Amino acid sequence: MTHRSPASRALKVEALARVEGEGGMYVEIHDGEVADVQLRIFEPPRFFEAFLRGRRYTEPPDITARICGICPVAYQMSACNAIEDACGTAVTGPLRDLRRLIYCGEWIESHTLHVYMLHAPDFLGYESAVALAEDHRDAVERGLRLKKAGNDVMELIGGRAIHPVNVRIGGFYRVPTRRELRALAAPLERARDDALETVRWVSTFDFPDFEHDHEVVSLRHPDEYPITDGRVVSDRGLDIRPAEWGEHVVEEHVEHSNALHARLRERDHYLVGPMARYNLNFDRLSATARDAAAAAGLGPECRNPFQSIVVRAVEVLYACDEALRIIDAYEQPDRPSVPVEPVAATGYGCTEAPRGVLYHRYRLDGAGIILDAEIVPPTSQNQPTIEHDLWHFVEGALGLDDAELGRRCEQAIRNYDPCISCATHFLDLRVERT
Amino acid sequence: MTAETKPKLAVWKFASCDGCQLTLLDCEDELLDVADAVEIAYFLEASRATVEGPYDLSLVEGSITTPEDAVRIEEVRAASRRLVTIGACATAGGIQALRNFADVEEFISVVYATPEFISTLETSTPISANVRVDYELRGCPIDKGQLLEVINAFLHERRPNVPDHSVCVECKAKGNVCVMVAHGTPCLGPVTHAGCGALCPSYHRGCYGCFGPMENPNTGSLAGWLGRLGMGEGDIMRTFRTFNAYADEFRRESEAHEDTAR
Repeated sequence: MTHRSPASRALKVEALARVEGEGGMYVEIHDGEVADVQLRIFEPPRFFEAFLRGRRYTEPPDITARICGICPVAYQMSACNAIEDACGTAVTGPLRDLRRLIYCGEWIESHTLHVYMLHAPDFLGYESAVALAEDHRDAVERGLRLKKAGNDVMELIGGRAIHPVNVRIGGFYRVPTRRELRALAAPLERARDDALETVRWVSTFDFPDFEHDHEVVSLRHPDEYPITDGRVVSDRGLDIRPAEWGEHVVEEHVEHSNALHARLRERDHYLVGPMARYNLNFDRLSATARDAAAAAGLGPECRNPFQSIVVRAVEVLYACDEALRIIDAYEQPDRPSVPVEPVAATGYGCTEAPRGVLYHRYRLDGAGIILDAEIVPPTSQNQPTIEHDLWHFVEGALGLDDAELGRRCEQAIRNYDPCISCATHFLDLRVERT
Repeated sequence: MTAETKPKLAVWKFASCDGCQLTLLDCEDELLDVADAVEIAYFLEASRATVEGPYDLSLVEGSITTPEDAVRIEEVRAASRRLVTIGACATAGGIQALRNFADVEEFISVVYATPEFISTLETSTPISANVRVDYELRGCPIDKGQLLEVINAFLHERRPNVPDHSVCVECKAKGNVCVMVAHGTPCLGPVTHAGCGALCPSYHRGCYGCFGPMENPNTGSLAGWLGRLGMGEGDIMRTFRTFNAYADEFRRESEAHEDTAR
């Protein structure tokens, strides 16, 4: 790595990335000012929307799960919602509760993975959770235990944690007995304690003084913290049904990314994910989660993206609470699924993936064959927002040398937990200073 | 053991969902022990730190779909003493191999507004179509226990103990009632490689073949049975054309139903 005075030189840093090709970051500094920032996504395109055409309406839960091994349940649930919407069926009662429960498992698993294995090492100055474990074994073991509790929920209901097999349009293939579900209660109670300790632990980290002013977008439900359904709302007046999504959100194809960029037609870029959900739905959290947030120094609104790690921990705590509530109230339904007959129609579905709103749309023919499909994942919605943040963050950190600036930029990107399968590694960091 | 004497493990990603490498991080009870036994020399999902090759064992996730990745896999092979593919993408081309049955230009235009920004190959191919591989682990996703067995076996210079019979054998061992015989539920169990523990039938669902074809499967006979259970030609084609669509035996069977489909 070369090193000269920041204001006047061209400089390339390939600190992390000689081999990886999925995601990178490009920062150009010109005369001591930021000239360009790009979050580049090289992840090879896989064309899900194209090959969903011609498939049967029963297949998207299994097929779209394969978009992401970290949040397959999110894809399964948005697909089910959209297709059931097209067919005019609503899944309610204990079947809906079970969907919410398996989704809680995914929030616990995915958020804990991010908090402990991806993000915490940045704050504490380690290269990985394994390195972190050498000095903080108890903390890492707590994280692994918590993550496992989430996986256990997914395994019991879904058959396995990655690409669960038990989810279908209309419900499930087999539903657990009350007794089977009760077996999850004890590990989840332990997990709730671990989650509470996690909130406390991450709140002691050192957070850079940095705030954003992005429009935040999430689902909003009449009486629940949003997971499986709701209206799409924002802090600047957006309030729509999932069916109205296409009138308000536009996707653009930019040269440096294989992920499409989304923005609001009326305004501009926006933010989805834990901070958006938290800011718009603080009043819907459980009392335990609200109290833990307050004790961790969070108000009902949080706009420092570095504190997203605390918000994620609060959501893990909420998911443990909610999972225990559902298990306690569960009565085994008479049948594992409701019949869903195909209708020539278009259906829309939104759920809250761990990383934010996940939108699916399917158009079916009368025989149940998919005519076309559209999927908007959280990371493509956040990508322009991440670039905005990076821009402002770099402006305030020009005094740092390239290695440190690169490290801090990576941390700033990880604030948004960009989907690993899309862009998490940022291997190819290049800073151009001229 | 010191870092100098520990075997070096590397984990590489190509076109995939990350689920198979996540399986390693999902070994919550074993992960720190694995980290004690090997030097995790390259695993970007888990660590920012990377160590130069050569690597004693490389685990490769994902399929080859871009010109750049076709070059990169050669470099990975050259730097690896042993190379094991993990999962359906690396072993059979994955769900993204559905492009192999279609016109990829059309696929690009369905998803992207500016096709010239996209660099991609006509096909999604398994790693073995590009470089020599030492072992292939099946599954979409792989099984945690089998992954630990494979790592263990290669570090001790022995053959992995991974059974290659059909899912039917796992069902019998588990005492499952046959979903096809008892309930008339279409099931790919008779032609599918074991490894999942007969998961779908245990959940009252027919196997959908996510571990790919077993050795010498009689797919033609099973397709006949699926037809007698009421499945149309299009459905039979789609059934064989999912996560292991480009595995030879499944590819041939799906193509046999292509002309008469719909």
